[in-house]
Amino acid sequence: MLEVDIQKRLPDFVLDVSFSTEQEIVVLFGPSGSGKTTILNSIAGLVHPDGGHISLNGRTFYSAGQKPLAVQKRNVGYLFQDYALFPHMTVSQNIRYGLRKGHELHLEPLLTTVGIDHLLDKYPHQLSGGQKQRVALVRALATEPDILLLDEPLSALDTATRKQCQDELLRLHEMWGIPFLLVTHDRDEAEKLGDTILLMENGRIVEASAQKSHTATSSS
Amino acid sequence: METNLTPLMLSLKVAALSTSFVFVLGMLGARWMTQKEFWGKNVLESFFLLPLVLPPTVVGFGLLLLFGKNGFLGQLLEQWFGIQVVFTLSGAVIASIVVSFPLMYQSAAAAFTGVDQRLENAARTMGASEWRVFWTVAFPLAWPGLLAGLVLSFARGLGEFGATLMLAGYIPGKTDTIPVAIYFAVEAGQMEKALFWVVIIVSLGMGTTLWLNWWSRRNVRRYANQK
Repeated sequence: MLEVDIQKRLPDFVLDVSFSTEQEIVVLFGPSGSGKTTILNSIAGLVHPDGGHISLNGRTFYSAGQKPLAVQKRNVGYLFQDYALFPHMTVSQNIRYGLRKGHELHLEPLLTTVGIDHLLDKYPHQLSGGQKQRVALVRALATEPDILLLDEPLSALDTATRKQCQDELLRLHEMWGIPFLLVTHDRDEAEKLGDTILLMENGRIVEASAQKSHTATSSS
Repeated sequence: METNLTPLMLSLKVAALSTSFVFVLGMLGARWMTQKEFWGKNVLESFFLLPLVLPPTVVGFGLLLLFGKNGFLGQLLEQWFGIQVVFTLSGAVIASIVVSFPLMYQSAAAAFTGVDQRLENAARTMGASEWRVFWTVAFPLAWPGLLAGLVLSFARGLGEFGATLMLAGYIPGKTDTIPVAIYFAVEAGQMEKALFWVVIIVSLGMGTTLWLNWWSRRNVRRYANQK
């Protein structure tokens, strides 16, 4: 279970949010600059809140007044906006970067499901937007994380690819059984993907709405 | 004219030794400085770059005070390791390190600043230690800038004159690097000998900058393709 209750002073407002989730897809939805990415970065350990508490499955990531858990020890998968694939490594090297020894077996079904097994020897600059997105997704899941954070993962894609990738995300979420926390400012995407949608404005959650459960539609 | 190639060998030796030190020091120093924010960072950075703007004689004078027989570091080195710096090749290497350090530092700092922070953060979220992030992400992506710094430092080390003369002096066969040899050849009216060394050092300098330009352009193209 992910529990987040944090405060952080940002240039234009104070981020002050509190929410928790089991194993669903939670969408942080709101305009750019409302503090959504800062929440993801705080959970990942890339920035530290000024106060509050973050824990995942009973492990404390951050608690005010205590030394935060190092980013390397949080076991968090993070799909960055624009993917952040290492440009000097092949797809294979990218997705194996965080792989622990003896865990290679988990990679094969993932590669097949996402359909990037034919791209392993290519470099990121040789891939299309959709392919990059899939590689970044596999890379983030290859470490077998306890949670997946996705920062506007589909914003750079055309409509058709975007729809395919949304379906793929839903399928992977079903397969993986971990919480997905996804940032977007696209309402349709939020409604399609989110089990829960947290509407954010100026650092606060102004509305939390639960969606009826959904399943992936065919990507064909 | 008899050709004694000792100045060439000494210059290459001094430049190679000083570049090895400067590459490691400049690279690690720049990495550390670009990662940390602390009070007095600007002052420390200005101190690192000082040899770029000071006359070499001032640098040489400072080094003489530090590494001379009565200098703090000079006494330490002599007592602990039996190393004498003044009027030795070690002196030429130290002078070369100090004057070429700012070039390596500046190139490395610019190169590390240019590495996309998100790539390093992606590596961290996948469990990579800071050391692994450095070797597998920051270092390879900063490599073109690091190499430019290395080549510039080598060229600067080859051409170092003022501080070297102050600290290592002119001892033929021992501390007469090419620039020092040129100065004393002119002093002694041996213009042919001076010209010979001038041609050698101009060729080395030209070769270095030509290669650096070619390399930079090639890398700019390569990285443009990767984005």
